[in-house]
This record gives sequence, structure tokens and C-alpha cells, in this order.
Amino acid sequence: MIFDIHVFLDTLFSRVFFLPALTTLWITLAAMALGIVLGFFGALGALSRWAPLSALVGLYVWIFRGVPALVQIVFWYDAVAEITDNVINLPALVAGVVALGVIEGAYMTEIIRAGLISVDPGQRDAARALGMTAPMAMRRIIIPQAMRVIIPPTGNQFISMLKTTSLLFTIAVPELFARATAIYSENFKYFEVLCVVSLWYLLLTTALTAVQQFVERRYGIGPTATGGPHRGVLSRVFGFGLPQPGI
Amino acid sequence: MLVEIRDVHKRFGGLEVLKGINLDVEVGQVICIVGASGSGKTTLLRCINHLEKIDRGTILVEGKMVGYRVGRDGALREESDRATAAKRARIGMVFQRLNLFPHLTAAENVSEAPIHVRRVPAATAQARGLELLRMVGLEEKASQYPHQLSGGQQQRVAIARALAMDPKLMLFDEPTSALDAELVGEVLETMRRLAAAGMTMIVVTHELSFAREVADRVVMMDGGLVIEDAPPAQFFAAPQHPRARAFLSRLRAANGAQGSHGSAPTRDER
Repeated sequence: MIFDIHVFLDTLFSRVFFLPALTTLWITLAAMALGIVLGFFGALGALSRWAPLSALVGLYVWIFRGVPALVQIVFWYDAVAEITDNVINLPALVAGVVALGVIEGAYMTEIIRAGLISVDPGQRDAARALGMTAPMAMRRIIIPQAMRVIIPPTGNQFISMLKTTSLLFTIAVPELFARATAIYSENFKYFEVLCVVSLWYLLLTTALTAVQQFVERRYGIGPTATGGPHRGVLSRVFGFGLPQPGI
Repeated sequence: MLVEIRDVHKRFGGLEVLKGINLDVEVGQVICIVGASGSGKTTLLRCINHLEKIDRGTILVEGKMVGYRVGRDGALREESDRATAAKRARIGMVFQRLNLFPHLTAAENVSEAPIHVRRVPAATAQARGLELLRMVGLEEKASQYPHQLSGGQQQRVAIARALAMDPKLMLFDEPTSALDAELVGEVLETMRRLAAAGMTMIVVTHELSFAREVADRVVMMDGGLVIEDAPPAQFFAAPQHPRARAFLSRLRAANGAQGSHGSAPTRDER
């Protein structure tokens, strides 16, 4: 086997992956935003005392978490147009974001639900006894505490989502992996191109890890909150890192 | 009359917890509610500010129902969340479990509701909050988070937090039951000062020395009913109901075994 270092370096330092990387990142953020909004309302519905609503949410989670992402992507892109006689014909990018966002909503429903029920019911009582309305108690007392439980798995979901966007190459969304397939089907340098695209994915997941760590620190989660030794982003990624200044 | 409780019934599933409670509290009175666990004391307290719904009867605070309104057909309806919240804001409550807001400092715990419920300007609410923390002796802990405070300090902040809303009535649900014995005294002392300042208080407690010393009336509940409602001198000297007598002797035996906790000095200490 010969690793073609020239092809590897040329591809790595060309700009061919720049726009696709932005597309990947953009789709990730949009799908996660949709998923978090759906998940929030899903969690409220799941915790509702009104049985039909929580049953409906259960059905939603069951279907969209249970059917493979690829099946759902093709559903939104092709099947929706077919069954509506082309009345609804989503562009690939929109179909992709909707498909991934709706799937994500099912996962985020469970994550946010777990966060909300992790907060001591006495907190709600205390807030209500002080004259807060239910929405205010939710916003000012329950959610800030639920964040400690919600944020770590949500960080995982972001990274998972970033990688799942690669499935959108099947409906010709110009994201990272679609670009890679276009390149290696011309030059047949599969391994070299896959190495480059993998580096791009690692770059993006590293960036998301840094963001997650920043957010966790803001909400006082993680080793610093419990007084343990602080670990920077390098150590989170590689298992070791530079000493953190001032800690 | 500040609080009028008439024929209040409450059931949880198949279990009837309150079976027709009648109780009046006048302005400035301190009422201590005692009774074995499961007798419905806590539930009654939570019904007063509508943290629990009631199944029958009425509870009036300042002449108004909390959580209910009379519908056009004369039947009771649950009123809007907003209307109930506004009424609850005038009723302070201190819980058994330590439930300060853990994500806020002591000072923020105290000023949170004035700022966001009452819409008091932040600076005014913070100044008032500090004043209240000083009143409960915790001014220097203002910027600490609840987990940095002892249980007794947390309960004193909780009292300040409730007082920040200028309540007409304070409800205490076993405020010292979750505390280590040596922390009980400081909380009772704060409550004693509050009572002396003329606050109307309904206190569910097992601290009989506190009840004897501070209460205007001691109310004993048993099996979802009020079985004894008398001034402390009469309650402790000559309880009418046999169950009240049994309860008192049981508690005295238990307190004797543990040594006296609470801040009232025993005869030996004097």
C-alpha cells in the first residue's frame, strides 16, 4: 500500500472542504436548535398530568427514535413530495435539517425530561409559595437547576449530530462527506481523502467540545464545581493537557 | 380573622388525610400544630396556600379564598394560576426540607421574589434583603451559596426569604425537623423574635417547649381531625382528649431520652 502524501497534503491545504465544513456546522446547529425546542416542549408534554398529551409525546419518541435516520431523511426529502403530490417539496438542505431535528427532538425530550425531574419538587413548592406563577418558577428556578443534568448529554448530542449530518450526502446536501465522495470518485484516492475529511470532523468536534466545556463552566458543572483538579480542553480530548494558568 | 378554615376535607387517592378541619387564626396569633406524623398537619398547612387542592370546605385568608373562586353557578372553581400566585405572595412559607434555591446566593434567594414577582427595583430589593439577612443574623453570609451554609443558617435565610415578600401570615412546616439538634435553637430563636414582633404564624412542630413558650394556642391533630385546640397552659396541663394525653407522654419520654434539644434552657441549666 502506498499512502499518497502529495494528494493528502494537497487536499488538506486546498479550500475544497471549507464551504462544506461550514455547511456541516450550520446544519448541525440548525438541527440541534430544532431538536432542543422540540425536546423542551416534548419534555413538558411528557411530564403533563394530562394523559393524552404524555401519550402523544411517548408515541413521538417511540417512532422518531426508533426508525433509522437514513430512512427518515429519505422520507422527508422524497416521500413527503410523493404523498403530497409535490405540494410540499422540501429542498435537500431543509429536508435534512427537519429530518435530523425531529429525530433530535425525540432524544432531547428524554434528556430535558430527565433534567426537569432531577430538580427536587421542594424547589417548585418554594418558588410557588413565594408567589411565582408556574412559568416563572420553571424559567427562574427549575430550568437553571435542570441545566446541570441537561448540558453534559446535550454536548454529546451535538457531537453525535455533527457526525450524523454525513448521512445527508445521500440526498446530495453539499456537506463534508458529500464533498469527499465527489473527490475520491474522481481521483480514486479513497484513503487519503477519508483521512482529510476525518481531520475536518475532528477539528469541528474539538471546537464543539471546547464550547461544551465553556458552557459547563458557566453553569458550574464538572470538576471545578466539586473542587477537583481542573481539566482543560486538551486533556478532555487527549487525556492530558497543558497546566491551566491560575488554577 | 386572618385565617378561617371550615370543614376542610382532602384525600390522596383512597386515603382521606383531612376529614373536616375547622380552625380560626386571628391577626398576630401564633398557632402551633402538633400531632403524630400522618395526622395531616403538613397537608393542612399546604392547603392554606393552595400547594394542595382541597376536596371540600373552604379556607379563607384575609377573607379571600386562595386558589378558588365562586363560579357563576355558585360552585367553586379553581382560579387562574396568576390570581393564586398573587395571593400566595402574601403568605410566607418555610419548609421542613431545606429548599433554598441552590443556584442563588443567600442574598439572591432573599431578593429573587421581590424583584421578579413584585417588580421591586433590584437595588431596593437587595438593600431590603441585606436588612433581612442582618435581622436573622446572617448579613456576612449574603454572598454564600446554600451548600456553604449550615442547615440552621439555611433555615434562617429561608425565613428572611419569606419575610422579603412582606407576608401577612407565615406558615412553618416543621422548620427544625431536618436539622441537627445543635442547630435547632438558632432557628427557634429567630421564630421567637418574629412572633414577638407580632407576625401571625401557623407552626407545625414537634418542639413542645417552643409551643409552650410562644404559642397563643396549641392545636393537636389526629387522624385528619383537630382533637385539641387550647392555650398552651391548658393544653399541656390538662389535655382533654385521651390521644392528646398519650401523644404528650410519648413525646416527653422521647425528649427525655435525647436530652432536651431546642433553646429553652432546662431547669438544671438555669
